Amino acid sequence: MIAYLLCFVLFLVGLYGIITQRNLVKIAISMSIMEFSTFLFFALIGYIEGGVAPIVDPADPVKTYVDPLPQALVLTAIVIGLATTAMMMAVIIRLYRKYGTFDIREIKNLRG
Amino acid sequence: MNPLIPLFVVIPLTGAFLIMILGRFIRNFNKTLTSLILLILAILSLYYLFTTGDNLSLYKVGGWEPVNRVPIGIYMVMDGFTVIVLSIINVVGFLTVLYSISYIKRFTAENLFYALFCLMIGGMNGVVLSGDLFNIFVFLEISVISSYALVAFGVEKNELEASFKYQILGGLASFLILFGIGFIYWKTKTLNIADIREVFKSGYDRSFYIFVELLFLCGFGLKAAIIPFHAWLPDAHSSAPSPISAMLSGVLIKAVGIYVIIRLFFNMFEISQNISILITTLGTLSMVIGVFLAIGQWDIKRLLAYHSISQMGYVILAVGMGMILISRGDNSEVAVLAIAGGIFHLVNHAAFKGLLFLNAGAIEYTIGTRDLKEMGGLARSMPVTSATSFIASMSISGIPPFNGFFSKLIIIIAAVMAKFYLLALLAVIVSIITLASFLKFQRYAFYNKTENKNDRKIKEVPFPMIFSMVIMSLLCIALSLLAFPGIRDVLLTPAINILTDPLKYSSIILGN
Repeated sequence: MIAYLLCFVLFLVGLYGIITQRNLVKIAISMSIMEFSTFLFFALIGYIEGGVAPIVDPADPVKTYVDPLPQALVLTAIVIGLATTAMMMAVIIRLYRKYGTFDIREIKNLRG
Repeated sequence: MNPLIPLFVVIPLTGAFLIMILGRFIRNFNKTLTSLILLILAILSLYYLFTTGDNLSLYKVGGWEPVNRVPIGIYMVMDGFTVIVLSIINVVGFLTVLYSISYIKRFTAENLFYALFCLMIGGMNGVVLSGDLFNIFVFLEISVISSYALVAFGVEKNELEASFKYQILGGLASFLILFGIGFIYWKTKTLNIADIREVFKSGYDRSFYIFVELLFLCGFGLKAAIIPFHAWLPDAHSSAPSPISAMLSGVLIKAVGIYVIIRLFFNMFEISQNISILITTLGTLSMVIGVFLAIGQWDIKRLLAYHSISQMGYVILAVGMGMILISRGDNSEVAVLAIAGGIFHLVNHAAFKGLLFLNAGAIEYTIGTRDLKEMGGLARSMPVTSATSFIASMSISGIPPFNGFFSKLIIIIAAVMAKFYLLALLAVIVSIITLASFLKFQRYAFYNKTENKNDRKIKEVPFPMIFSMVIMSLLCIALSLLAFPGIRDVLLTPAINILTDPLKYSSIILGN
């Protein structure tokens, strides 16, 4: 149970970072922290107490395996997360070239 | 098994790949291939629109058959509701590509534009066809990541800022959705929507699932820009190149937002009264606040973007009313009417809002500004743009011969019949304010001749842009036929049947 709570705390840390940080790169890092709390949650729900890696060995039949499906989902989600992070970093670099700053308070052309 | 279903995803993805590789060697390869792809997909989706009816066709990816009636592979499902959204995506996509052929010439990197466009189409087709939650997430990310890039396509200050904002809120939405999927899998040990419904039948832990429902509502609500989550939409839609604004506003927020909300809340979760009241409230808020925010805008595309929020409010409101009636268990005819109005308005909005953004793009293309105060007297120099945008404006404000009138009328009649008089009144008032706002747009852009400094040599836009605008305006008129019983029975009724009958979807897919 404590692991789930930590996972939730990690999510909140990321959310806090997105809301309070002024630096674009730090916002991107906070996004990644939130992302990884989600991945951690997936890894946790697949874990079964006392389970082993799900590789079936006929010579040594084990009763409990951990659930492999969430691990497959996490791998897919990590790839997607890579794409979003790369995209965000590309936009941040372009923003820096245009505005000459990483400070989100000075990037406010769009209003209303 | 219908082997043609995956083509909707495979063809655009292959197209994007080929454009990236061959586009730089062969002249005009990118636009030819993209318009060809979209033409094929549009024809295919229209074919399915008219033939699917009450049937439901499946494609099991990799040929994995269910074990003990538990599906283990990835399912792609096509039913009455899917084909409607699929046709919107591909038909509007085709017209938008034709429009882009002229419009996008002034940007560099045309290859990237067409490749990202194909990716976005492929992602959206995947979202609407997918039969399990995780694939909805994957395809949703494909389409929204390419839309992040397309919003930033101009790489100027405003575009980049809008794209960054969109990415932060879109990323937040993705994590909420992923958390929701995690909770669903934790409890039910399956991801297939039909199978989840089957598990829910044997016991629905409402206090647990209400949390998951809220996660999904926030996540997909952010993608659909329902009012408390709307902050990214006006920036993103007004900064993107105009064909992309038409795609984002006309198609993307429907396919990855509204469609998934409707699909999950009708076919997966058990409809509960609290959630349906919440959805109706959010819809009403979007409808009212969106139109009030739109009044004061002088940037055309920003004005249209706020109207998108407001018009999506109508759809959410209608669907929410249907959910309230179903959860009460009475008035099923009125519930059917309300949902029909919602879906009908969804289709109509794709036609007229897509057209309005294309008109805004045409104006920006010729006079180079989006500020209404700097326009005026364009009706004489741009007759086609003026006429089509008049049709679209009258359509969105609900003036009788056009399609917007019929869908709003159905929604208002349903609200009155269900005794939600306040909602009916609000819908009428919002429609009137919309009319006022679009009369302002018409007057300042096309008729106002006070300062006629724009009398230089303004020409009408090139032929491909005119072509797609005219077709869209014909669609605006033709779609009003959907209100009449004979045509409604063929096109709209199958969608409503699959949504309102709670067990039909899962029982057909699981094969019992």
